[in-house]
Amino acid sequence: MASGVKPRVKVPKKATPGEAITIKTLISHQMESGQRKDKEGNIIPRSIINRFTCEFNGQLVTDITIEPAVSTNPYFQFEAIVPEAGDFKFTWYDDDGSVYDATKSIAMA
Amino acid sequence: MEFSRRETLGLALGAAVMTVLPLRVSASIVDDRIAEFTGGADMADTGIELTAPEIAENGNTVPISVDAPGATAIMVLATGNPTPGVATFNFGPLAGSQSASTRIRLAGTQDVVAIAKLADGSFAKASAAVKVTIGGCGG
Repeated sequence: MASGVKPRVKVPKKATPGEAITIKTLISHQMESGQRKDKEGNIIPRSIINRFTCEFNGQLVTDITIEPAVSTNPYFQFEAIVPEAGDFKFTWYDDDGSVYDATKSIAMA
Repeated sequence: MEFSRRETLGLALGAAVMTVLPLRVSASIVDDRIAEFTGGADMADTGIELTAPEIAENGNTVPISVDAPGATAIMVLATGNPTPGVATFNFGPLAGSQSASTRIRLAGTQDVVAIAKLADGSFAKASAAVKVTIGGCGG
């Protein structure tokens, strides 16, 4: 699974120093749980995103371990403190070894 | 065809075992996962909040959110799923609050459990019962 994976991230453009902002992330991914069967009754092998991390200027905001019970197109919403202007780096790790990332800059108001 | 008293009792016992067995299996996985996360420590009932809908029409996407002020990690388990693990949230130094929302799959009506590891090393647990109309594990 590496086709049609598209990360989408929503971060405010500006913040005041020390402000806690809300970040919303979504990545399009089928998240095959390994429980479903195809028409012939064979189990469709598991293929999910197993880890998601968010960093700001190299410092960790959140690190989420994902298991098959997370829905298709995994969505996460969380809060981050912005001490200064900089870049948020979002990384998703696929079962097949692929790594998807996205970066968003934020400026000081 | 008539059943003797003995046969009737035997059938009833068999049926009871059949219904209890699958639950027991998944319950032990849940207990194992909790023990692995907490190291067998006691869990308080306060300090963590788990928000989940009472009734979910579609088990494929059930919105949940967890909030545990001062937590370093939160583990979410769906006790009635074939694989109970849902996700583990670890919070870094720049986390604005120890809360997160996501969408999960639930195989059927069940309890969702969230356990927070607090900064002082103690643990807190919350659970929510969710009624699921259509299960979300295919099959």
